[in-house]
Amino acid sequence: MNAADAAIKCLEKEQVEYVFGYPGVAICPFFDSILDSEIRTVLVRQEQNAAHIASGYARISGKTGVVAVTSGPGAENLITGIATAFADSIPLVCITGQVDSRLMGSDVFQEADISGAVESFVKYSYIVRKAQDVPRIFKEAFHIASTGRKGPVLIDFPIDIQNDTVSRFSYPETLNMRTYKPTVKGNTAQVRKVVKELQKAKRPVLCVGGGVHLSGAVQLIRSFAHEHGIPVVCTMMGLSVMPTDDPLFIGMVGNNGQDASNQAMNLADLVIVVGARVADRSINRPNLITENKTLVHIDVDPAEIGKNAGPNIPLVGDIQSIFEDLSAEEITADFSEWALELKELSRKDEEKLEAEGMNSAGGEVRPLAFVRRLSEAMEGDGIYVADVGQNQLWSCRGAMIKDGRFLTSGGMGTMGYSIGAAIGAKLAAPGRQTVAVCGDGGFQMTFMELATARQYGVPVKIAVLKNNVLGLVRQYQHFTYRDRFSVISLDGSPDLSKIAEAYGMSFVRLEREDRMEEAIKRFLDSDGSVLMECVISPDETA
Amino acid sequence: MKRIYSVLVENRAGVLCKVAGLFWRRCFNIDSLAVGETDDRDVSNMIIVSSGDMRTLEQIEKQLNKKIDVIKVKTFDESEAVSRELMLIKVKYNRNNRKDIMENCEIMGAQIVDLSKSMMTIQMCDTPERVRIFLETMRTVSIVEITRTGTLAMPKCAN
Repeated sequence: MNAADAAIKCLEKEQVEYVFGYPGVAICPFFDSILDSEIRTVLVRQEQNAAHIASGYARISGKTGVVAVTSGPGAENLITGIATAFADSIPLVCITGQVDSRLMGSDVFQEADISGAVESFVKYSYIVRKAQDVPRIFKEAFHIASTGRKGPVLIDFPIDIQNDTVSRFSYPETLNMRTYKPTVKGNTAQVRKVVKELQKAKRPVLCVGGGVHLSGAVQLIRSFAHEHGIPVVCTMMGLSVMPTDDPLFIGMVGNNGQDASNQAMNLADLVIVVGARVADRSINRPNLITENKTLVHIDVDPAEIGKNAGPNIPLVGDIQSIFEDLSAEEITADFSEWALELKELSRKDEEKLEAEGMNSAGGEVRPLAFVRRLSEAMEGDGIYVADVGQNQLWSCRGAMIKDGRFLTSGGMGTMGYSIGAAIGAKLAAPGRQTVAVCGDGGFQMTFMELATARQYGVPVKIAVLKNNVLGLVRQYQHFTYRDRFSVISLDGSPDLSKIAEAYGMSFVRLEREDRMEEAIKRFLDSDGSVLMECVISPDETA
Repeated sequence: MKRIYSVLVENRAGVLCKVAGLFWRRCFNIDSLAVGETDDRDVSNMIIVSSGDMRTLEQIEKQLNKKIDVIKVKTFDESEAVSRELMLIKVKYNRNNRKDIMENCEIMGAQIVDLSKSMMTIQMCDTPERVRIFLETMRTVSIVEITRTGTLAMPKCAN
């Protein structure tokens, strides 16, 4: 057995279903060994998207996504995908081929210092120096990626080491890493303090982030909120923790969020931030968040607590474990009336949205109306993947998520993420309807992956909001530079109907509001992959 | 505000780079950094002196703790620690200033460790503050070369 065989055995031990990647000479021993395994491989068309597919897969399956690419340019192309996963704490194990270890450092063909290049956006990285280290390194890599605050781990694997013999393979059952022991259970005294604050509070708000999804605590949070009638707001990454139409759900916070949810944060006397970073897009002036209120910050990563806002009660641990503890405490308080008050505010948001954002005077398709009707027509457990740009902001505001999931690249804001992520999500849950919504800019960054979807029979539905411009930049230039538009025209874009035809997809075009219902029905009801072109005005703002 | 971090790390290739990279990436200051093995050959001790506001200093500790090669972080103020720095300084001397230099060395407890017809190398090992004062006194002399270890520190026994 060589080290490449050993690596594949490790992946089998970790119950890996898929490896997404792109071969090259330096990773060939690995891709040779995988032929003898049950693990399925997916050849992407550009390495960045391997990470996005793995990310979509990880977010829906709850498992660690696995990527394998070659050295040099293969690894470098992967960087944006790794950084995207890191910003959203998505667990990935990325294996990169490397040149012969005896030649490392001498700038040979396709050599790149990938572990150095990705250092600031991986949770950890390894360079495999000895074949017999493979089992330990892989065991650690999966452990690190999938525990604590999750994230990508890189394993750089020189070709000569891949070919080296491993005399005896044994996969470690347990690990004892003296430097890595993430806190799971929340401090009991701190939990009690939270309970006490809740008892005292008149206007508490739960602010949920992506950490709730990552911890698998969605149901717990929902039932905790309902038991006490606590209104819930969310960050972009926390969308779909609560169903959009839940009576306790007020909306998304931040610059791009709803008035009611931001108001809720201002009016609250107790804010419990759960698995969110208090980052710039959600909390504009973090130093003000503690004014006139008590801030509780619950997160698995102690470094996030106090980074942007100093909480009164920090509580480090896994959200699931902490909410199990909180649910076991006796809390008599009930805040249903306060929740009703906020829901009234949120109804006003909704009215405004309908009146201003969805109302079509000239029969044109309004993007907010489109994402609303599309998401309403989706199956209850459907997966809605929003790309980046205006489409993302419209989706955040307009999408109606029932019992499904909302996925997007929240931290890094990587254009083109949605196509790969939708493919990965669909592979993780073939029975769930999966829809990607993107702009014509993002689409053209990654639509080469339509070939991947076709090759592996992954039926994805992609709706492109087409306005022929980089809409969010154009909007910014409209407001900030008074219509001095610079480098935002997408003239020269391909005819999407021909793209659909070229990739063997059905095609739906929507140009008029009165055809919306029918077009959405065709889009969602067609078997196989569908590409939809939804023509909107470049003057729409998000 | 100044703060000293004593960081025990796995003695592995690339760890110094990862820790220094963290300071660069997060825009933390490094006033000085000194590394050496401990009694356990698998463990190195990095002494990092940094400065910043309270929140930054707290973040430095948390971010260091997040690094998977970091075993333990101890942090303390200068007043809570015994700290030393070693400086070697090579100067040009002449008949007129030779005595002054020697007197300065004597007053500050520095030693002349190498000598030629026109140059001498002085070794100064003391608290960072006294090393700084000694260096000031040497500014009037023609300095050829200076090398410093950065601060080494450990908490006082009484703590």
